[in-house]
Amino acid sequence: MKIPLVYNVRSLARRPVSSAMTALGVALVVGVFIAMLALANGFKMALVRTGSPGNVLVLRKGADSELSSGISRDNAAIIGALPEIATGGDGQPLVSPEVFVPMNLESAAGGGEAQLVVTRGVTTRAFEVRQGVRIVHGRMFAPGRDEVIIGVAIAPRLAHSDVGDTIHFAGRGWLVAGHFAAGGSSFESEIWGENEQLMPVLRGQVFQVVSFRLKSAGAFDAAKRTLEDDPRLQVDAHRESEFYASQSLVLRTILNFLAVFITGIMAVGAVFGAVNTMYAAVASRTGEIAVLLTLGFRPRSVLASFLAEAAFLALVGGALGCLVALPINGIVTSTTNWSSFSMIAFSFLVTPRILIEGIVFSVVMGLVGGFFPARRASRMPVVQAIR
Amino acid sequence: MKYFPLVWANLTRHKRRTVLTTLSVALALFLFASLRSVVTTLRAGAEVGSESRMIVQSAKAIVFFLPMNYRERLLAVPGVKAVTWADWFGGVYQDPKNFFASFAADAESYLDMYRTDFTLPADQRAAFIQERTACIVGQHLLEKYGWHLGQNVTLQGTIFQGDWTLTIRGVYHATTPAFSEDALMFHYEMVYERYPRWVQPGWYVLELTNPSLAPQVAAAIDSEFKNSSDPTKTGTERAFNAGFVTMWGNVSFLMNTIGMAVVFAILLVAANSMMLSARERTNEVGVLKTVGFGDRLLFGLVMAEAGTIALMGAVLGLGGAKLLYPAIHFSAMGFLPGFAVTAGTLALGFAIAVALALASGLVPAWNAARLSAVQALRHVE
Amino acid sequence: MSLVTIHGLSKIFQRDSQPITVFDGLDLEFAQGSFTALMGPSGSGKSTLLNLVAGLDRPTSGTVSVGDAEVSAMSPGALAVWRARHVGFVFQSYNLLPVLTAFQNVELPLLLTRLSKAERRDHVVTALGVVGLTDRAEHFPRQLSGGQEQRAAIARAIVSDPTIILLDEPTGQLDAKSAAEILELLQRLNREHHKTIIMVTHDPHAAQAAGTVLHLDKGVLTA
Repeated sequence: MKIPLVYNVRSLARRPVSSAMTALGVALVVGVFIAMLALANGFKMALVRTGSPGNVLVLRKGADSELSSGISRDNAAIIGALPEIATGGDGQPLVSPEVFVPMNLESAAGGGEAQLVVTRGVTTRAFEVRQGVRIVHGRMFAPGRDEVIIGVAIAPRLAHSDVGDTIHFAGRGWLVAGHFAAGGSSFESEIWGENEQLMPVLRGQVFQVVSFRLKSAGAFDAAKRTLEDDPRLQVDAHRESEFYASQSLVLRTILNFLAVFITGIMAVGAVFGAVNTMYAAVASRTGEIAVLLTLGFRPRSVLASFLAEAAFLALVGGALGCLVALPINGIVTSTTNWSSFSMIAFSFLVTPRILIEGIVFSVVMGLVGGFFPARRASRMPVVQAIR
Repeated sequence: MKYFPLVWANLTRHKRRTVLTTLSVALALFLFASLRSVVTTLRAGAEVGSESRMIVQSAKAIVFFLPMNYRERLLAVPGVKAVTWADWFGGVYQDPKNFFASFAADAESYLDMYRTDFTLPADQRAAFIQERTACIVGQHLLEKYGWHLGQNVTLQGTIFQGDWTLTIRGVYHATTPAFSEDALMFHYEMVYERYPRWVQPGWYVLELTNPSLAPQVAAAIDSEFKNSSDPTKTGTERAFNAGFVTMWGNVSFLMNTIGMAVVFAILLVAANSMMLSARERTNEVGVLKTVGFGDRLLFGLVMAEAGTIALMGAVLGLGGAKLLYPAIHFSAMGFLPGFAVTAGTLALGFAIAVALALASGLVPAWNAARLSAVQALRHVE
Repeated sequence: MSLVTIHGLSKIFQRDSQPITVFDGLDLEFAQGSFTALMGPSGSGKSTLLNLVAGLDRPTSGTVSVGDAEVSAMSPGALAVWRARHVGFVFQSYNLLPVLTAFQNVELPLLLTRLSKAERRDHVVTALGVVGLTDRAEHFPRQLSGGQEQRAAIARAIVSDPTIILLDEPTGQLDAKSAAEILELLQRLNREHHKTIIMVTHDPHAAQAAGTVLHLDKGVLTA
């Protein structure tokens, strides 16, 4: 670029208030943009981390969530006999039949408010099949007892959820034996207990889901065919990772729509601000532009120069917006995942990619806003400007 | 007011800048009104509901059924005038993305229970009631998918497995904003017939003889079933709706925060614009002063300019929001029934516009008033 | 030997649908190495003539040539290139970019060349030396007096060693002392460095510094 950038930077500094306000406007838009993307991303990651492509989830045919599914004990046994299932260290198949029921639990906020929390009945096998689940406080629930473990994301939001407390649901009290973490996945918003203890008080002798590990990820298609073709079973088989991703669809669609809608409108406003600022800048510098054109700088150099000025200003705003939005990372929020009809707690997740998108977005706003003013500058007839 | 032509002339001299600034203000106030309306709609959702209706659901969780024999026992509770029931069906129409509410209810008693909330032509009602595989849909849902009376609609069951083909025999119009026109209702019997061994009511709706009896009725019912295998949670319809609202979690907080960021951003844009204009007109101010315009008058002129932009932006943005959403029957796929911009939101929006005018006009107006004519005339931008 | 040749020059301006004839068939030459002052009342066309020589404006008819270049027939793009190499232009006021130092301002024309940073610096230092502003190189225009600003402008005008130097009322905004310094500088540039100079002015005192004085009145040369 022929015209030195220092000219543009210093010219911006010459109108400090105007430049600062435009940059701040951009900063706010970028800040909101990043926050909304981080929210959607956090939610998505919580669900994405929940599944692995090497696992399969079997649900009743047509069920669109674990919630609405039902698989009898007999059918669970049939599924467990599938040859494509991997075997664990003890030579037994890595199969986990599970109960899945959202239950009303008392909120930590008190006042008798209840939240729907997923209660999952498992066997010890589940800890091998569903990956990344480990106890972080206390201990595992003891077999044959009315005991549960609570996920670390949801525990703070429930009453009587500390290790050693007794938590109430389904008309019974359950000892909180421990808390578990699961790699930031949606399991961390669940309460886990033993199948045999939960079944009698929940939905009876029926599982909601059977999950198992494939011998190899490529065996999925064969396994799926076998299961879905079996007339006794009436089931659908899903890759675990894809299934949970699809579970997030409704909320993600809403969040993405909001992100686009809100930041889109704000961005238009910010761009208008940039347009005004740049037009004013060009108007006040007609003399300088005349000098540059007279000296022999091409009109397109002038165009590039003012575009760069707008882009630089917007970039500063974008960087500021990133800084302001950064502290949001890790803040935990919760909402209802309508697919499973239960509460899910997750954190805002800012990634380098989101930050870069924010910066790029700011530069684009600057370029769009600066285009017409820059073009006006480059098209200025020199002779008139001299007068 | 005789000076208004002068104010207007100033604004139209820099048409582009005036238009852009006004549009920014309009956009931002539009956004503000939209966001705040999410909050007010949610809040309103927690406050609507007939006072004489109550909902009985399973205390364990909404997803549990209640026994059919509860019907008689509920009717026997003092204060209960009528009972109906329904199941959430949650069917998929062709594509999971086509989301709308679908449920199966005890048709005749359900239509009676909600008689104050909708209208349905008598012949359509009769046709629906006598045909087991019939359904009724809300007007908005009908329009959305281009259905018509007599058409067959097939839903894939998620909770109740299989394909369900229903014939549209009635189209209802909601008479209260909170009653969704994005819903489909059909016969409980149809579901029960297919799965007689496990289908039961999802929730019961009660009508009271007197709304003030609500607390006693709730207490009576819940204590009666407390120690059974299907304990109940009874509450007013309002409380029931409020429960759904809280499921949104922090959404209100989020909307409010963004709303504030938006307001602040507009302030910056508009104030910036005002200041740019003011700077360019320093010379002119000098001329006016030489002519004899007083300080206070000039102050007023600048403020009037800021005020005009803010006012135009407010009318465009707030008015736009007020008119747009009802026109497109926006209800966020049924999640925000009765979505509307309230008078309170409009008032708040105008207050922001006024604050904006003051904030962005004050400094330039003050400067214009204080400037000495000689200084102004000598000023070269 | 003629450096600038103007032949059959006509220039008609359109102002709000009123045609204004500034020149109607003017013939004029400027010799290589000459220092000419162009005088005349306002509206006589002297600034327009300067703009036409610099290629900033186009004649309605007729030709303007500077050296080998037929300026009146060149495209705007070619003119920009040509101007950067061959013309040094000094305005009455507002010459310098306020956000750049004197050094950076003088350096501007060189940014359009392929010279290296070091080579550019040499040229700038030389130019500043010629005009006597060496100790003010790092100052911003607002830190310079009117006379110093014009000197910087002249330094910029000569830094790329142009074929011709054009000045439009260079002393118009200066006090007597600064004006005298500028004129003395111009004379030096003409005598010692053999620069061809055309200077538009309405100040007879300034015109005296030039070797030749031409009078323009309503687009016509008068005695």
